[in-house]
Amino acid sequence: MENLNSYLIVSAILFSIGTIGVLTRKNVIVIFMCVEMMLNAVNLTFVAFSRHLGNLDGQIFVFFIMTVAAAEAAVGLALIIAFFNNKQSIDVDDVNIMKW
Amino acid sequence: METLFFLIISLVAIVSAILVVTLKNPINSALSLIMTFFCLATYYVMLDAPFMAAVQVMVYAGAIMVLMVFTIMLLNIRVDASKKHSHKLILGSIIGFFTFLNAFFVIYRSRAALPTGPYSGEMIKSVGHTELVGREIFTNFLLPFEVTSILLLVAIIGAVILAKKKI
Repeated sequence: MENLNSYLIVSAILFSIGTIGVLTRKNVIVIFMCVEMMLNAVNLTFVAFSRHLGNLDGQIFVFFIMTVAAAEAAVGLALIIAFFNNKQSIDVDDVNIMKW
Repeated sequence: METLFFLIISLVAIVSAILVVTLKNPINSALSLIMTFFCLATYYVMLDAPFMAAVQVMVYAGAIMVLMVFTIMLLNIRVDASKKHSHKLILGSIIGFFTFLNAFFVIYRSRAALPTGPYSGEMIKSVGHTELVGREIFTNFLLPFEVTSILLLVAIIGAVILAKKKI
């Protein structure tokens, strides 16, 4: 087993790349994938801490995060399809119906 | 040997994560993301959590990514290379960099000093990871586990209603 810090660094790098993707891309689906990547980076942190502290609570949390991510994926992709049906586009710049 | 393995897996995970952000075609991004998920599953195996690795491969690399690739192919979007990035590229990169710097500083200057639990590596190996997780989830975390079912029900209903032809 590697030490804790190397896992945390990898997790921080993945989280930062996900942040950059969310902030710079315009395709909704790619933004969505970057959000999933950020969730996964947090999961890695949870599992690394859980193993380091000898406590399984972190891994149970990962379990629940995966459930929430699955629910989020289902609802988010349904939203994307509904948006595409209305605007024929998945560009975030076109999401401006509620803008005034 | 394990350090070398860790470095190779880290390299693959980070490179494929960068490819998710930079590639033009969403399908290629999705495939790179699957690669990242597999690398994370490898990490879970290295952290003595094989059940988590199995769940990671089945739920993320299997279910969620199939759903995502299916949506990409269903919508059939043409790749528009002219305006892939918004003008906020530099600003977003700076914010991402500072996010990493912040996390790195916290990791570098602190250490985990929480009380340790009873689950050592030898115990996980002798009893079995799946059994320990199952025992934990059906005793201490029973209520959140039940609430999760309601969340999934809401997600099913929401997805069906949102994806209808006429909202």
